[in-house]
Formats: sequence, C-alpha cells, structure tokens
Amino acid sequence: MGLLDAGITKHNVLVTSVDNVLNWARLSSLWPMGFGLACCAIEMMATNASNYDLERFGIFPRSSPRQSDLMIVAGTVTMKMAERVIRLYEQMPEPRYVLSMGSCSNCGGPYWEHGYHVLKGVDRVIPVDVYVPGCPPRPESLIGGLMKVQELIRMEQIGISRADALKKLVEKSVDPQVVIEQERKAATA
Amino acid sequence: MEEGKVLSQSIQQSAAAYVIIHDKFGEAVSPFDANETMPFFEVIDTSLWPEIALFMRDHPKLQFNYMACLSGVDYQAEEKVGIVCNIESLGQCHHKLSVKVKCSRHGGSIPSVACVWHTANWHEREAYDMFGMLFTGHPDMRRILCPDDWEGYPLLKDYKVQESYHGIKVPY
Repeated sequence: MGLLDAGITKHNVLVTSVDNVLNWARLSSLWPMGFGLACCAIEMMATNASNYDLERFGIFPRSSPRQSDLMIVAGTVTMKMAERVIRLYEQMPEPRYVLSMGSCSNCGGPYWEHGYHVLKGVDRVIPVDVYVPGCPPRPESLIGGLMKVQELIRMEQIGISRADALKKLVEKSVDPQVVIEQERKAATA
Repeated sequence: MEEGKVLSQSIQQSAAAYVIIHDKFGEAVSPFDANETMPFFEVIDTSLWPEIALFMRDHPKLQFNYMACLSGVDYQAEEKVGIVCNIESLGQCHHKLSVKVKCSRHGGSIPSVACVWHTANWHEREAYDMFGMLFTGHPDMRRILCPDDWEGYPLLKDYKVQESYHGIKVPY
C-alpha cells in the first residue's frame, strides 16, 4: 500500500515509519540515466514521451550518471560498450538500481550464438534488479518493469540488504495468471 | 564469354569497358565474366591493382568515378581471402563493373586503393577487421569495428570466438 493511500486526517497528520517516508520519496522520483544502446532505446524514448508520459511517475531521464538512481540498459550491449556500461554504473551514486530492458541485454537475444561481439546478458558485468522481456518490450512492459523497481524500493528497510529486499519482493509477489483468469471470468459474465 | 548468348545493354557496356582495360593490361587481368547481376573480372597480378584502379578512374572512356562498395570474401577452399569492389561511373559513362582481388589467407596483403577512391579507406579497414588481409599503402591500417585488442578475424569461415575479453566471458 502506498503512503498516500493511508489517508490523511483532518489535522494533516500522518503517522508512519522513517523507512516508509524515505522509500516513498525515492520511488516517487526515480531518475533513470538518459542513454540507449539500440532499438529498445526507441521504445524507451516513446515511453518517456507524451503518449506514455513517464513523468507522471516522477521518472525523468537525467544526462549524468551522478544524478541518476536507475540505469535502464536499453539495447544490445557489445563487448566494447560493456566496459563503458561498467564505468557508467560505477559513476552512479548509491543506492542505484539496474533495469535490463529487452532480450539482448537480458541474455544476448538474437545474437546469443553467432554474435561474436555481443555481451550475452548485461548481468555478466553489473548486477541487475529487474529484467523486462521483449524484443523490444512495449512501453507497457517497460512501465511494468519500472513499477517492479518501485515495489523493490518499497520493500527496502534501513539495515537490510538489497538481496533481502529482493527476497521480500519475491515472497510478496502475486501470480498474474490468477488475476488474468479472474478478469477473463468477469468479462464473460 | 559464351558465344550466341544475348547480353543486356548494361552488360554490353560493362564488356566494352573491360575491353579497354584488357587492351592496356593484358594478362594482368582475368577474362571477363558476364554475370547478369554484377559483371566482373579478377586482377591476376595484384601488384598492378592500384594502377588499374587509377586507369579505370582517369581514362576518358571509362571514368569510374564512384566506388559503391568494397566487400571481403573468404575463399576457404582456395586458402585465399579477397575483396570485391563494385565500381561505377556516375553521371559520366553510366557503366559499372566489379573487380575481384585475392591474396593468401594467412598474412596476405593487397595494395590499397584508398588514394584512388576515398571510399576505400574505411571499407578496406573493415575488410581487414573481418578477414585479416593487410592493405599495403593504406594511410591508417587498423581495425575499425572490433576493439583494437580483439583476437582473430570474425568473418573467416573457421573463426572461433575467444573465451574472454578483458575478463568478461564472451561465448553464450
């Protein structure tokens, strides 16, 4: 549940934990680094533009890794680019998040066998928090992935590690198949 | 050329251009191949290739002023690598020809024509990058796409990708 869903009383007083306030602030202004590597970047730009309007989530690309919280690896990572990706990742201040967008950066995509120059998954060089499948993923999928990053931030607490937060996220995850079937039943009724 | 075969007009033009080249260089060039897609001849004496290229560019009846493409080819069975140059005369004589030049597969070299058509500069670097043949006389002979310290030449038919690059695993 989001912080604002709790409802504010008539005296404008809201009681919550520090974790909640910090997490709410961080997940509401998730600034990705503005760089793209291949066709996925076109889809990412479309998501940033007015039709899908990422700014309504406070997500807005920054031109410097030093001002970014999130790295969206959008596209094919070549061996040459891999070293630059590592450097950009290292230049980002902590806490930082990585979203791997599309088949290429997930696992090498169509280049997995004969693409001698393609890194077979960006998780070989930097830790990835959320993978978005697709070739390229639609803006809805990317937004879904970004929502997942927000959920991950919501799971974080002072004193617990990223790995524990990811574990909590997995435990609290909902099987989409059940929801889909419910919706289908409701639609036919 | 096969006797009695009806050739299209563009092939006839290419054949006429070839005759001028053959008259000048004789045995240094192979017989003309009237390939419908792209008529070509091969340079037998590769050391004469820049001279032939200059002749093709500057002769008033040839005026091949445009190099459309320069591709590399791996002739594994012949133990050779080579280039295929698609050369045209734009706005002047309206004919086109392909020229093939081959060299040894291991440490072979082909004279550069980057000084004749500047297009050849980057194309020759790409052919070197992918197939490993050197271009003698090239102003800047180094890799163009792969990293400088990449091992092997990726478009050779027996190419095996390296295990790791700067500590990063390369194969899937």
